[in-house]
Amino acid sequence: MSDEEDDIILSELNDEELVQQMFDDLYDGLKEEIEEAVNILLERKWEPYRILTEALVGGMTIVGADFRDGILFVPEVLLAANAMKGGMFILKPLLAETGAPRMGKMVIGTVKGDIHDIGKNLVSMMMEGAGFEVVDLGINNAVDAYIDAIKAEEADILGMSALLTTTMPYMKVVIDTMVEMGIRDDYVVLVGGAPLNEEFGKAIGADSYCRDAAVAVETAKEYMARKHNQLAAG
Amino acid sequence: MSPSMTHTADDATLATTGLAPDGDGQILLLACGALAREILDIKARNGWDHLDLTCLPAILHVHPERITDAVRDAVAKHKDQYAKIYVVYADCGTGGLLQAACAELGVEMVQGPHCYAFFDGVQAFEDRGEVTSFFLTDFLVRQFDSFVWKPLGLDRHPELLSMYFGNYEALVYLAQTHDPALVEMARAHAERMGLRFEHRQTGYGDLETTLEGWAAP
Repeated sequence: MSDEEDDIILSELNDEELVQQMFDDLYDGLKEEIEEAVNILLERKWEPYRILTEALVGGMTIVGADFRDGILFVPEVLLAANAMKGGMFILKPLLAETGAPRMGKMVIGTVKGDIHDIGKNLVSMMMEGAGFEVVDLGINNAVDAYIDAIKAEEADILGMSALLTTTMPYMKVVIDTMVEMGIRDDYVVLVGGAPLNEEFGKAIGADSYCRDAAVAVETAKEYMARKHNQLAAG
Repeated sequence: MSPSMTHTADDATLATTGLAPDGDGQILLLACGALAREILDIKARNGWDHLDLTCLPAILHVHPERITDAVRDAVAKHKDQYAKIYVVYADCGTGGLLQAACAELGVEMVQGPHCYAFFDGVQAFEDRGEVTSFFLTDFLVRQFDSFVWKPLGLDRHPELLSMYFGNYEALVYLAQTHDPALVEMARAHAERMGLRFEHRQTGYGDLETTLEGWAAP
């Protein structure tokens, strides 16, 4: 970042300039600046949900697009996510108080034998940013953990993540168990992780393979819209 | 240094460029550059002059999504010059796509999820179930900065370390050779990552037995 940009005083920017600056700061992974800007917008009486969607999710969407296009790489995305997390930490309690819209509920976790959670954590955060309630089961989840959680939480969506070729087949174990129990069609099953692909997602009986967090959010929204339309029609 | 190593490119070249074939032999081994030294050593010790070796850039290790197409292109490039081609890659993070491509191309590949598994022995590796261990081979110990530290951005952003490795407990160095300097280097990598260190002497494991099968008349 140049010296000129270092001199920017966030509180002196108007709303539009400040949101643009937040996009830049998210892109550069500047957590403290994002936290400061979120507080400034709150002081200016912005609704927490508006800050979340217009400034934070808006900025992360740019990061996600540049990641997909090979302009940004994993370290930069992680720094951006960390900055967004700082903003989310401030907003989260306020979102609950102000009755932000709820898109649906997702249970998410990394599969048994796998301890990798970077992708899963990104998806969790972006899903929360998009208005989903997320129950994160963490890493190394056996089939029972998933099944118990989707039932107890009355989830709409089950998300499973794996980074290893050796652990990704476990997703099929979970889906097959859901089929055996007769509950497969009660949930939307989304899968993701570096070694996965579209064909794998289809082969194991998932509803969709999501190549990154932004795709996961869009896919989840589509399924929820479809579900609402079906309910309305029924 | 084994006699074969005089024919091996240096690590940096193997990482970014790979290795061209000599043009001798009826069988081509199409391998990852990270395996060049090991394969040339096994080949020299067994006198397998009918095997030629070419390597793709080892740095594909950090871009597994590019491996399958790179292997396809290399098979197409060399198939007319050799009676048979074998692919010395395991799945290597391709999620089954390399296996499917090899089946389609009619070429065999090494079994197992990755080189750590076949050096350790695929079955033994699976049985151990060390899900919280991070593995390094001789090549990866030597090339740690280029293959781990820098691609993950840890040279610029060390604060990301816990995001990447917070769930790991140990760094296991799977050693192909007896080299005290490499052991110390691996120990230092473990320390840098904040992980417990373990040194396991594997030799060439399933790589050697697989090549024996392929080299047999």
